[in-house]
Amino acid sequence: MLAHSLFFYVFSFIAIFSAIMVTASKNTVHSVFFLILDFISISCLFIMIGAEFLGMIMLIVYVGAVAVLFLFVVMMLNVAQQKKQWFSSFGSSKHIPLGVLISVIIFFELIIVIGGWKYKPEVFSSITESQNIGESNTHSIGNVLYTDYIHLFQLSGMILLVAMIGAIVLTFRKRAGLKRQSYFSQISRERSDSIDLVDVPHNKGVDIDG
Amino acid sequence: MADISLGHYLTLGAIIFSIGVAGIFLNRKNIIVILMSVELILLAVNINLVSFSIFLNDLTGQIFTLFILTVAAAEAAIGLAIIVVYYRNTSNIDVEDIHSLKG
Repeated sequence: MLAHSLFFYVFSFIAIFSAIMVTASKNTVHSVFFLILDFISISCLFIMIGAEFLGMIMLIVYVGAVAVLFLFVVMMLNVAQQKKQWFSSFGSSKHIPLGVLISVIIFFELIIVIGGWKYKPEVFSSITESQNIGESNTHSIGNVLYTDYIHLFQLSGMILLVAMIGAIVLTFRKRAGLKRQSYFSQISRERSDSIDLVDVPHNKGVDIDG
Repeated sequence: MADISLGHYLTLGAIIFSIGVAGIFLNRKNIIVILMSVELILLAVNINLVSFSIFLNDLTGQIFTLFILTVAAAEAAIGLAIIVVYYRNTSNIDVEDIHSLKG
């Protein structure tokens, strides 16, 4: 149990430190790297607490896809080095004290809510799906996800499809001077359009231009 | 070193959520860092849902974390596509220079 709490503190301190560095880092590429570190430590926490399926999915989706997407965009747009730094313009900007104040208020509100929250007996009576003893986490999530939540699951697939189509449509542009295939004219070609049979007179050849 | 309870995980989620909110407010740089702060906020929500799900022994929280993950991925893809289009038009994405979005 001591090792469990030790690992919890180590991973959560890494997560909090890297979350601060995401917002405060001078280089945007560095903040993407700290975002990756944050996701990795949180997924370690998930695996430690017993939600190993979500921890692995979080590694695959966030670190493998989303963070790499961020990294590509940052590198493509050439905005890695920042001219302005929020802590260098601390005195001049009006947003900064307001932002710190609001986030501190939100933090203390959340702490008050956590401090006032207790296990309630009626919470346990409303439980619908619990993890059976002896089944792995992935097994029980699969049992619930493909039966009770199948419509939501398919709907999330539709959300991903819409996101994919939207991203392609947004970033698509026509370039001048680019030769493209015209599938319609290729397919709708017929034999009479393209082949002409002529009788070649002896010793005269064929008039091509005609 | 006491036992790790639900309160520890919820406090971690609260701290990361507040850092994300502060990152949105404090950012005077490009929009990409703001998108990353939104990802941090969603991550904090995921921590809360997973820890409640584990400590209450109810799988619904983990299912919803899966859906939040889906929506976060879609949001990142669309947001980054919009940023790429905007950069193509104006060749910078500084937050303070975006005045043309006023309604």
